[in-house]
Order: sequence, then C-alpha cells, then structure tokens
Amino acid sequence: MHKISNVASQSPVVSLRNVHKSFGPLKVLDGVSFEVDRGEVLVLIGRSGSGKSTALRCIDRFETIDSGEIVVGSHRVSDPKLDLRALRQDVGIVFQSYNLFPHLTIEENITLAPCSVKGISKSQAKEQARQVLAQVGLEDKLHQYPEQLSGGQQQRAAIARSLAMQPKVMLFDEVTSALDPELTGEVLKVIEALAADGMTMVMVTHEMGFARGIANRVVFMHRGKVHETGPAAILTSPATPELAQFVGTGL
Amino acid sequence: MNLNLDFAAIIERWPAFLDGALLTLQLAFIATVLGTVIGVLGAIGRRSSHPVVSRICGIYVEAIRNTPLLVQIFLVYFGLASLGLKFSAFAVAAAALTINVGAYTTEIIRAGFDSIPRGQIEAAEGLALSKAQIYWHVVMWPAIEKVYPSLTSQFVLLMLASSVTSQISAEELTAVANYVQSDTYRAFETYILVAIVYIVLSLIMRAGFWLLGLVVFPRRRRLGTPL
Ligand SMILES: Nc1ncnc2c1ncn2[C@@H]1O[C@H](COP(=O)(O)OP(=O)(O)OP(=O)(O)O)[C@@H](O)[C@H]1O
Ligand SMILES: [Mg+2]
Repeated sequence: MHKISNVASQSPVVSLRNVHKSFGPLKVLDGVSFEVDRGEVLVLIGRSGSGKSTALRCIDRFETIDSGEIVVGSHRVSDPKLDLRALRQDVGIVFQSYNLFPHLTIEENITLAPCSVKGISKSQAKEQARQVLAQVGLEDKLHQYPEQLSGGQQQRAAIARSLAMQPKVMLFDEVTSALDPELTGEVLKVIEALAADGMTMVMVTHEMGFARGIANRVVFMHRGKVHETGPAAILTSPATPELAQFVGTGL
Repeated sequence: MNLNLDFAAIIERWPAFLDGALLTLQLAFIATVLGTVIGVLGAIGRRSSHPVVSRICGIYVEAIRNTPLLVQIFLVYFGLASLGLKFSAFAVAAAALTINVGAYTTEIIRAGFDSIPRGQIEAAEGLALSKAQIYWHVVMWPAIEKVYPSLTSQFVLLMLASSVTSQISAEELTAVANYVQSDTYRAFETYILVAIVYIVLSLIMRAGFWLLGLVVFPRRRRLGTPL
C-alpha cells in the first residue's frame, strides 16, 4: 500500500481519520483515512458499493459517522455540536442527478443561496450569477429553466450554483454518470478548469482517463477500506491485484 | 304532462339573488384563503418528525373527512352558542367551511410535499439553506404548483358545498332561493335559476384560479409544461 508523506506545511482542507460507518448490519466504511490539501484534487475510485458516495457524503455531513474523525477547514464535522450550515457554506457538493430546482430559472437557482444564506443583495447576486455561468460557459442560459437545458448544461449549471457560494472545497459524486457520452466532455472540461484555478476537490468518478489526468491523489476503495492510495500513477501501475483488476476491467 | 314555467316572478327578485351570490363568493374566498394557510401548516404538521404534532394534524384531517359538512356546521354553530358566544351566521358559516376545507387542503398539499424528490432537498441542504428556507423555496412552491389543479377543484367544490350553510340561515345563494321559492311558489324555476348561477360562480372561480396560477407560477406561464 502506498503512503503519501504530507510535506505541505499548512493543514489539510479535508481530513478523514479512521472513519467507521455502518448502515444497520452493513459496514460501509471500515476505518477510512485520507487527507486533501489546499488546491489538491483527490479522486475516489472503487467498485459499486465500496463506500465512495458514503465517504463523500460524510464529509458534508449528509451521513453521520459511527467513529473516527472528519475535519473540513475549521469545522470538526464529526463533532455533534457542529454548525452544519457554516460547514455547508464552505463545502460545495454536486450530485449525479443535478438537482436543479425546476421551478426556478438558472439565475434564480444560482442566486437563491447567496441571497438567503449570505444575505448579499439581489443585484450583487445576479452579477455573481453571470460570472459563475460564464465560468461554466452558460452565460446565455441565465433566464432559461432547467428543463430547457441538456443534461450536460444542467450539470454545469449545478456546478455554477455551488460555485456561487464560493466554497473552499468542492465534492463531486459521479457527476457525469447520468450523461450521454457526448455530453460528459463539456462537464469534465469545466471541472478541469476549476482544478487549474486551484479549487480543492474530492471527486468520485468512473472516468479513468479523466482521473489519470486530473488527480493529485487517487484513493482506491475496496470493501469499505482505503485499499490503495497514491498519485495518479497508481492507475497505470497498481500495486495491489484488486486495483490492477479494477483498472484492467476498464471500469 | 304539462310543464308550465314562469320565470317572471323569479327574475324580478334578481337583487336578492345577486346578494346571495356575492355572499357565496365571499364565503368561498375566505375559506379558500384561510383553508390554504391551514392546509400548508397542516401538511407541515403531518410531516413533522414530532409525533404529537403529526398525530394532532392526522386526527384533525380524519375527523373532518369522516363527518358530514352539515354536522360540522351545526357543531360550530351550537358549540359557540353553548359557550355563550354570539357570532353572525355568516361568521359561523365561514369558520365551519374553513375548518372543513382546511382538512382536505392539508391532504392535497401533503401529497404535493411528498412528491418533491429527496435530491431537491439535499441539494438545498448542501447550499446551506435553513429548514424554513428549504420549505419555502424548494418544497412549498413546486408542491403547490403540482397539486394546483386538485386545489382548484377542492375550492370550487367547497363553494358549491357552502349551500349547506343555508341551514343556519347564512344569507347565501341557496338561502335566498329557499325564501324566494316560498314567496313565489315557483320552486322549480327558482332552483333552475340558482343552478345556473352556481355554474357561473364555478366558472368565475376557475377563471380566477387560472389567472392566479399565471401570476404565481411564472415557469408554467412561460413554458406551459406541468412540473
Ligand atoms: N442510506 C443507506 N441506507 C442503507 N444502506 C445504504 C445507504 N446508503 C448506502 N448504502 C449501502 O452502502 C453501500 C455503499 O454505498 P455507496 O453508495 O457508498 O457505494 P458507492 O461506492 O458510491 O457505489 P456506486 O459506485 O454504486 O455509487 C452499498 O451497499 C449501499 O447499498
Ligand atoms: Mg456512489
């Protein structure tokens, strides 16, 4: 098993230490530990059911953990006294099924949280909406409704909606899995641009080629454990037979 | 068989019918507005994780849905009277109709709330919106848009059912009909006319709901597709 030496002087943006999580009798996370430094892209891979989504959701406290510790910036996520909404202002999460609010225009989708949560003015929020939409290449969709957009455009709009909260870290859970192959590229390009901009990210993906190109760190999960971790190079030269088999099957 | 219809004596009384129709509309309006408020609160209550709250809301809904409207009206009427409280027949009628329609509205809106996908709420939670903000922006408006046709039907039904309040002499349309027919001995003609007026009132209400829908559901107005 590879081990990454943490040479960065600043503390990691996200850290999981010995996290355990069960759903009833099913042990989903069995002592998971990893860290993400500022500006780093961590890619979570593994077979279906290996606990990737659960690990990601624990970071944003969509699931509570049984034991261990999760820290995001200044937030101790595993602390029962956590200020949940403060955490979620610092963490952006994008799901496989975009989840744009269907009754609101793209602009309203984007300005809703900055206006109601951060209390910024409508005009400021609209200006910001234009900026984040430009970032994902959808300036012209400001006044459209989600159903008027293609899947790829909806997913980019969902990313823009998260970005408008100016998060310190972004979580992506298989954000291209619901898309037709010809639409995945436009979404992955947006994520690449974010990475180049220095956004800290944790992403679950089945796009191995993409992972190889973007990951600073890869975490391969297997049966609720971090089975192998290291730089993107482990995808081409895996140390464990399980990872070798996983990347070999092209999943 | 010799059908001999004479509307002249009835038509002569049009100001009374107009007053009755306006009162019926007022009853319907009050019960619609207050019933919607009760419906939203009741639906939130029924979905509450607090067992006492959801239980109370459940009992309210079941009690109303399993008793006749006329009995509910009498309960309010004689209940208030036995407490020594005096209210006008109109106020009692409005209160009873509101309590009645509030229960049905609770069930309709609750179905709307339940139809909002979990992912919508998670997305809103992920954006740090508060529980109240999520209910208002992400759950309530799309839920009401989805069940709007059912709500419209329920409120039109309520307007028609308000004829029962003639029993406590609220001076609405049916009560007017009752005394006009006993004055004129033209019962059949009177109720033919009243039926037509009810149809007109229903159409007015449906048109009103349609217009209101255009105002409060801008997506629907622009795209015309159901949510
Ligand atoms: N809320 C839940 N209740 C019960 N079991 C759950 C719940 N969420 C996930 N699980 C189970 O936990 C296991 C891990 O799920 P998870 O979603 O983390 O896997 P994953 O690695 O993301 O898989 P996939 O690649 O299919 O998305 C699965 O067996 C799943 O059925
Ligand atoms: Mg998953």
